[in-house]
Amino acid sequence: MIDLFFATLGNLLTLQHMGYMLAGVSLGLVIGVLPGVGGIAGLSLLLPFLYGMNETSALAMLIGLLAIVPTADTFTSILMGIPGSSASQATVLDGFPLARQGQAARALSAAFAASMIGGLFGALLLTFAVLVASPIILAFGTAELFMLTLFGLSMVGVLSGANMVKGIASACLGLGFGLVGAAPATSEYRMDFGLLYLSDGIPLVTVALGIFALPEILDLLRGGGAIAQGAPLGRGWYRGVRDTMANIWLTLRCSGIGALVGAIPGIGGSVVDWVAYGHVVQTSKDKSQFGKGDIRGVIAPESANNATSAGALLPTLLFGIPGSGSMAIFLAAMILLGIQPGPSMAAENLGVTYTIIWSLAIANVIGTAMCILLAPGIAKLTAVRYALIAPFMIMVICFAAFQATRSFADLMALLAMGILGIFLRRFGWSRPAFLIGFVLALGGERYLYQAVQFYGWGFVTRPLVLVIAAIIVISIWAGLRGTKGGSSIHTEGSAEFSVARNMTPQIIFSGVVLAGFGFAIQQGLGVSFLAQIFPIAVGVVGGAATLLLLVQQARGPAAAGSANFDGEAQAGDGGPWRFLLWFIGFMVSVGLVGFFAALVGFFMVFLRVIARSSWVQAVALTAGAGGLMLVLANALNLVFPGGLLQEYLDLPWPFR
Amino acid sequence: MTRPNTPFLSSRRGLLRAGAGLGAAAALPGLAQAQDFAGRTIEFVIPFAEAGGSDVWARFMAPFLAKHLPGKPNVIVRNVPGGGSITGTNTFYQRARPDGLSFIGTSGSTQFPYLLGDPRVRYDYTRMIPTYVSPTGGVVYLPKSLGIENVSQLARLRDRELVYGSQGATSLDLVPMLAFRLLGLNVRHVFGMRGRGEGRLGLMRGEITIDYQTSSAYITQVMPMVQAGTAVPMFSWGVLDGQGNVQRDPSFPDLPHFVEAFEMVNGSKPSGVEYDAYLAFFASGFAGQKPAMLPHGTPDNIVAAYRKAFSDAVADPELQARKGDVLGEYKQAVGDDVQAVYRVATTIKPEAREWVRNFLATNHNVRF
Repeated sequence: MIDLFFATLGNLLTLQHMGYMLAGVSLGLVIGVLPGVGGIAGLSLLLPFLYGMNETSALAMLIGLLAIVPTADTFTSILMGIPGSSASQATVLDGFPLARQGQAARALSAAFAASMIGGLFGALLLTFAVLVASPIILAFGTAELFMLTLFGLSMVGVLSGANMVKGIASACLGLGFGLVGAAPATSEYRMDFGLLYLSDGIPLVTVALGIFALPEILDLLRGGGAIAQGAPLGRGWYRGVRDTMANIWLTLRCSGIGALVGAIPGIGGSVVDWVAYGHVVQTSKDKSQFGKGDIRGVIAPESANNATSAGALLPTLLFGIPGSGSMAIFLAAMILLGIQPGPSMAAENLGVTYTIIWSLAIANVIGTAMCILLAPGIAKLTAVRYALIAPFMIMVICFAAFQATRSFADLMALLAMGILGIFLRRFGWSRPAFLIGFVLALGGERYLYQAVQFYGWGFVTRPLVLVIAAIIVISIWAGLRGTKGGSSIHTEGSAEFSVARNMTPQIIFSGVVLAGFGFAIQQGLGVSFLAQIFPIAVGVVGGAATLLLLVQQARGPAAAGSANFDGEAQAGDGGPWRFLLWFIGFMVSVGLVGFFAALVGFFMVFLRVIARSSWVQAVALTAGAGGLMLVLANALNLVFPGGLLQEYLDLPWPFR
Repeated sequence: MTRPNTPFLSSRRGLLRAGAGLGAAAALPGLAQAQDFAGRTIEFVIPFAEAGGSDVWARFMAPFLAKHLPGKPNVIVRNVPGGGSITGTNTFYQRARPDGLSFIGTSGSTQFPYLLGDPRVRYDYTRMIPTYVSPTGGVVYLPKSLGIENVSQLARLRDRELVYGSQGATSLDLVPMLAFRLLGLNVRHVFGMRGRGEGRLGLMRGEITIDYQTSSAYITQVMPMVQAGTAVPMFSWGVLDGQGNVQRDPSFPDLPHFVEAFEMVNGSKPSGVEYDAYLAFFASGFAGQKPAMLPHGTPDNIVAAYRKAFSDAVADPELQARKGDVLGEYKQAVGDDVQAVYRVATTIKPEAREWVRNFLATNHNVRF
């Protein structure tokens, strides 16, 4: 076995294989840097090239891409406050404040170092785990998976923001949005308004970008200047690495969490960064700086998300069951290459498995080196006036959003979630709590129903279920000790600056949310018993929390205490609405003339009017943006979403 | 609900289609000669996201089709996901032009809502023109712990409840649901599985007591369990021959197919409306699972070019050498076989359809 282990390394280290790996890593770097575009789109780009490729080269290329995405997606999370992919949402919480304090270099190097350690740890673990992991994966039945979703939800305790009741209501709101579409137990449709688009549920990418990215883009535009308020990048490259080394146990613990969560099929990598973030908060004595720029808040999620890829490979290779969206595509790629995953991957085909592991380790090292080399250049963007960057960001999040169904409806969903995100942010409703609820909604419903079907309610006495329950209790206790009435982390900005005199806007929003919970209950009553439990439970709990919040808020600005939160309380510029109108205008023109034509128009007008660019600059930036879209769309065989014009006229691509 | 384009009106629709085809051919005299796609890009529309069976199938076939279409065009796969494949198929059906530059590959998941009369379906299989149909198969197996050695002992299980992990009452798992019912088995269907792999994992954990896997997954994942003595194969779904009769699966020649299993258990051949319903969904979900179709009104010469290209592609020794698990051992329906298999896979007797709708509405709260 050891002979084989090193023989596969020798086989891999040829010019040809390493060349393909470099190609994969380079593409993954670009894909990772673009916000919202992650491993799924990246691997899809590579699928057409697999035909006729050498097996080792192809695996090196695919793994090269997969390995670097959770490293490279850190750039936008830290530098722009926009999650680069679903794996680094939690990095935003502390990474972005660090960048705004001029410590971007330190945050980035700490993140890269943590990523590399996480990736190498994952590869090392995989080497042994592939031989022994089957019984562990099989130990997690539906009952245990349900408990794990509860464990994920318990992170809300840490991420609830200043007011715990509001945090719970936020999580319930996310759960409610997650339940839109077909019920797992009966396939009945709930809260879908009869729309075919909503029958599959709202895509996660759309929710994440709408909730986090769009409000951030509009807010930065309002600020008027560049992202970095002080020195654009600052020094501290070595300090960042030293930070990670000083927290090496934390890094390894979070790597272990990442690998474990990744390895259990059904939970998926979308929550692993939050779990790691919750873990670091729970185990830290001094929690005062979390959410304001604590370097540990960067190290924890970044070490976890790189280890997740290695963990997720286990069920994919051993059982042919992909643990995440990108693993599903990796599985398809393996079948196209003629490799059928299964128990043989730990026996006859162990060589293939070791090729994958070596590729993972080498690609992590190469990827980290490339990120460090490119970091100073990319970080200079934070010194550029944001008005020049915003249209690119809007373009990329739209591109990422319409990967879901390639239609105008995706953009409408992005806009709707964006508007919700603006209000959540403004009124201090924890967006991390919302997202955790959203991600875990369907899994929670599915596993609870299946566990009851398989074991009856007696499932709660299974030994592993009790162990996870104990962990949940400890984790909630650890997160709450030493804090009063809410978590110490202000996910939506500082509460001290957000005390409003006029409570009306907050009360109206709480009322709208309450109506939303009422709608969930009403929709739940319309379907059969098995499909109504979750919507009604979420509606009742969320509704009760919102009512409690409304009672607090109705007491008046001072008596409401932490329930009073309005990010616009001190604002004098009329809010983000002016820039939201620009975005809506872009959406309307997409609806009229299609995405590509609207994009060109939007760029030119925005750059001339808002950014006050010269004609030369505006044309150059527009051409660059359009060119990037064309290259990506061409590689993905993508037709841009069309508008009314395309209904009547048959235009040539890219206007088609 | 009612829909004007019901699948069983095929004769009248067939006439209309022939008329439309003639009209289109007459209107485009320049295309009446041999078709040449040199330098063109052809879209193979797949109404599913990347990864998954249909996408892999299309990506595997695309280069071979490109090689054998006249003029060796560039064939690309265009994924149009959403709405459980209804969205993309609706759009293709309403928008695609009959110029041979785009065609669609659907799956059982697209055919089932059509056969069931789902009101969201806007496409009509009788009007699209099939050029190639790819079958698949599967094997039903049990955990060894049930004490059943082979299918002839299956009736012993009738007095105990079995558990099956299903992806949904109207998903491809409708076929095993109808099959278990015909065999008189008492099966509880636990829904919400995402793919057959989760069902298999459930069986390995002991949560599930009856399962089936498609052929490739059965060979790589279940056969090791059979060899280790933890699982026992029961029967395969079988395949359809040119006359529409169920035959043994070529990947599992030693296993009885479902109809044989039925005879062993019940002592007679299956018949009646329930069996008609089963047969329609079996044909649509397995024996004719993946048809490739041109839009209605496509001129005959283009249709002929496609049928020949698929025929040549399937005969290509390179394809045969590489097909592995993507196509399996199954006889691909090309050339003259296409029409017969396609028709069986996309039609259902009106009374069988009514029976299934009633069955699903009564037992599983499905609303139409």
